[in-house]
Amino acid sequence: MLLVGFVGIQFFSTSRNQSDTIPKTDFMLVNDVPKQVENIIKTSCYDCHSNNTDYPWYNKVQPVAWFLEDHVTHGKEELNFNEWADYSNRRKNSKLKSIISQIENGEMPLWSYTLIHREAKLSEDKRKTVLDWVSKLKDSL
Amino acid sequence: MAIALVALTATSCKDAKKEHNDEDGHHSEQMDDNSHMDGAMEEDHSKMDHGDMESSDKMMGNAQHASKSTTLIANYLDLKNALVSDDKDGAAKAGEKLEGSLKNLDTSKFSDEQQDELKDIIEDATEHAEHIAKSDIGHQREHFDVLSKDVIDLLAITGSDRTLYQAYCPMYNNNKGAQWLSATKEIKNPYYGAKMMSCGSVQKEIN
Repeated sequence: MLLVGFVGIQFFSTSRNQSDTIPKTDFMLVNDVPKQVENIIKTSCYDCHSNNTDYPWYNKVQPVAWFLEDHVTHGKEELNFNEWADYSNRRKNSKLKSIISQIENGEMPLWSYTLIHREAKLSEDKRKTVLDWVSKLKDSL
Repeated sequence: MAIALVALTATSCKDAKKEHNDEDGHHSEQMDDNSHMDGAMEEDHSKMDHGDMESSDKMMGNAQHASKSTTLIANYLDLKNALVSDDKDGAAKAGEKLEGSLKNLDTSKFSDEQQDELKDIIEDATEHAEHIAKSDIGHQREHFDVLSKDVIDLLAITGSDRTLYQAYCPMYNNNKGAQWLSATKEIKNPYYGAKMMSCGSVQKEIN
C-alpha cells in the first residue's frame, strides 16, 4: 500500500524555480562583492533565495520535490538576492540584519538543506568571511 | 543631534548605575519641566486646541488618522509590554494585531513623498510584525529592535496621539544599542526583560 502511494506521488510534478537571466538588480551586480564571498553566498544561499535553483537529481523524487519547492517559495518571499536593488535602504538594512543573525545562530543555511547539500554547509572560516563582509555592507548603508 | 544623544547614552549599564545619582537629579529636573508644561497646558486649553488644529493641518493628518495610528501605537505598546514580561505568546499575539493595524493605516491624506516613505516603513514593519507573531522570544526581540525604529520614523510623519518616551538600551545588539517607545518614563527593558529590567535611559519625549 505504501509502495503504491510512493509510486503514485511520483506523477505529481512541481513547478521549477529556474531562470537563465540574471536581473540587473542582483545582489552580486549592484554590490562590489569579493569573489570568495560571492562563491559562498551563491553556493549556500542562492538555491532558495534567488530565481534560479541548482536542482539535485533527487528533486525528481517525491516527496523531496515538494519540500524543496516549499523551501524555495518561502525562502524567496523572505529574501531574493536577484531583487536586491529593488529593496529600499530600510529593507536592505532589515534583510542584512536577519542574514547576519541567522548565520551567526547557525539557523541558515537550513540543516535539512545542508544534510544533503554538503557543499552548502558553512565552515567556521566561511561563516566568518561572509559575516565580516555582510556586516561591513550593512554599516555602509 | 541624534548622534550626540547616542554618544551621551552609549555608556554601559555599569556606568549608568555609577552615575545614577546624577541621572536622578536630571530626571527630577525633567519632571519639574513637565509639571510646568502641564500647568501651562491646562491654563491655555482653548489656545492649545487651536494650536493642535494648526499643527495637524501642517501634518496633513485628520481625526481618522489619529484614531488609526492610535490602534497601531496601542498594539506596539502591548507588544513592548509582553516583551518586558518575557511573555512570548503575548508578544506573538500583539505582533499579529500590529500586522493588522499597519495594514489598516490610511496614508492617503499625506503628501506623495510622505506616502512613499510610509509605504516603505509599513512594508518593513509588517515583515517584522509577521516574524514576531511566529518566533521564539530571542527572535521576537531582534525584530522588535528594527520594528521600533520603523515605528519611531512612522510617528515622525503621522504624529502621535499621546506622549511617548523614546528609551535606549546601550547593551543590546552586541553593545550597538537599541531603542524602544514607552508610555511611561520609567525604564522597563523589553530587550532583556527580568534579566536586566532597568537597563536603559530615556532619550527624548515624543508628543
